[in-house]
Amino acid sequence: MEMLILTFTIFVLAIFVGVEIINKVPPTLHTPLMSGTNAISGIVVVGAIISSGAGEHTSGLSTFLGVLGIVLATINIFGGFLVTDRMLQMFKKKKG
Amino acid sequence: MQAFVNFFYLAAAVLFILGIKGMTKPKTAVRGNQLSALGMGLAVLAALLDFHVVSYGTIIIGILAGGAAGVYMARKVQMTSVPEMVALLNGLGGGASLLVAAANYLESQQLSGMGQFDPTVEWSVAVILSILVGAVTLTGSLVAVGKLMGKVDDPKDIRNYKLGVKASFALLFVGTLTLVMGDTLNSGVLLTLMILLCLVLGVCLVMPIGGADMPVVVSLLNSYSGIAGAAAGFVLGNNGLIITGSLVGASGLILTSIMCKAMNRSLVNVLFGGSMAAAAGISKSENDAFYEGKVKFASADEVAMMLETAKRVVFVPGYGLAVAQAQHATRELASLLESAGAKVKYAIHPVAGRMPGHMNVLLAEAEVPYDQLVEMDTINPEFPQTDVAIVLGANDVVNPVAAKDKNSPIYGMPILEVYNARTVIVVKRGLSPGFAGIPNELFIRENTLMVPGDAKKVLQDVIKALREG
Repeated sequence: MEMLILTFTIFVLAIFVGVEIINKVPPTLHTPLMSGTNAISGIVVVGAIISSGAGEHTSGLSTFLGVLGIVLATINIFGGFLVTDRMLQMFKKKKG
Repeated sequence: MQAFVNFFYLAAAVLFILGIKGMTKPKTAVRGNQLSALGMGLAVLAALLDFHVVSYGTIIIGILAGGAAGVYMARKVQMTSVPEMVALLNGLGGGASLLVAAANYLESQQLSGMGQFDPTVEWSVAVILSILVGAVTLTGSLVAVGKLMGKVDDPKDIRNYKLGVKASFALLFVGTLTLVMGDTLNSGVLLTLMILLCLVLGVCLVMPIGGADMPVVVSLLNSYSGIAGAAAGFVLGNNGLIITGSLVGASGLILTSIMCKAMNRSLVNVLFGGSMAAAAGISKSENDAFYEGKVKFASADEVAMMLETAKRVVFVPGYGLAVAQAQHATRELASLLESAGAKVKYAIHPVAGRMPGHMNVLLAEAEVPYDQLVEMDTINPEFPQTDVAIVLGANDVVNPVAAKDKNSPIYGMPILEVYNARTVIVVKRGLSPGFAGIPNELFIRENTLMVPGDAKKVLQDVIKALREG
């Protein structure tokens, strides 16, 4: 239970940090912000790696699900960061 | 070693925060995005170093396959289709969280068999939440992609979907109780049924929402994909996942609320109010009668003549500009006017385009300097001094009815007050209603001229006429 309260504390604090910094992002950059944070949500790949690579206590099915999770999350990561970069480069080019 | 691994997660989270902070200015944004990517690299490294991980073959194959697909998508996607791509990626992120929760459940069965794991209520709830949010994000996003692409229509009757939502939640509640109270780890069939139910729930939640409201839905699903990650973090007891997931969750929520405010609608109304057009929709004959004999038309040549003498010009791009891929022609005309001494600006409504900030990306692609893109509250006081306002494929966001008709479905929505400009030129393919399903009073105003046709074609004709004249 103590562990739960600790992790929940982290969860709530992180939401506040998120709200604070994201409110400062100008509307011009909202689309890249969204695709960028979307790429960040690919962090779940961490969970997928731990699930699929674990040794003795995996089953065939759990490894399969884990690897499928890795595939989906890495599409998210690579697709998200690269398309964000493509967009941001276009903003960078012109300084007006 | 494990302490070291956790330290890596912390470093990754700090990099994500710094990365998003970089996004607060266009100049630092590229670097910010790179910092986030670096953070992701660290997090993946940390996961690979985790003491649980002993076999690497399948992991590497998975990363290579997913990476290749991701790179391909990011390179190929057209800027007009970015909303669809983001929606799809949201869905995949949700799907990954769902799979992680399911895989962890199976492993916990094995661990429990070895006497190394005892399920707690918190753990069970976290697994179910992770599955719920992940599955809803997955199928909800797929429906959103379909709607954005115009392949999935808004249903006429949304009652069945609403019923589906209620029934799913009721069944899920019963299922959760059964799972937690009963033999948690030997309920594979029940869990599978609940996964299927959550997938159906995602469809039922997004189907009734109108195509026009997809920007809100995409923002919200973005938030869900983060929350799904955080939930997976609770399942695995991984702080890195929790911090990062909640950051993304917060980001999506803020964008959602910005979108809702820009439309003067509550989130509840967007999610459960059904499609505006279906509710308010007028028939074709009513629409025709509204415009009958009151609309003044102009040709490209006449527009060119007007622009020759204009000192201040404001472009008002809408979704129609994106559909016609007219951003480059717009930029070309703007440059031409600027070289003739006119001041050119672009008025960007917060919900222009198909996702927050989409119009800015399209114009940036056409190399429009971002300091010429002006937000609604800044540009509205400038319209009275504007000689010509050119509306390109925008409709509801310039409809003056929003300010005065209490019965209008868009009443109270902040609009771009283009009608204050000396002359308004509306380039539009026809007089069909916009997303809100109502006729636009702007089009019959004294100072409005309609130029029927595809935005790109019309602009090119105007450019040609200006060059020749």
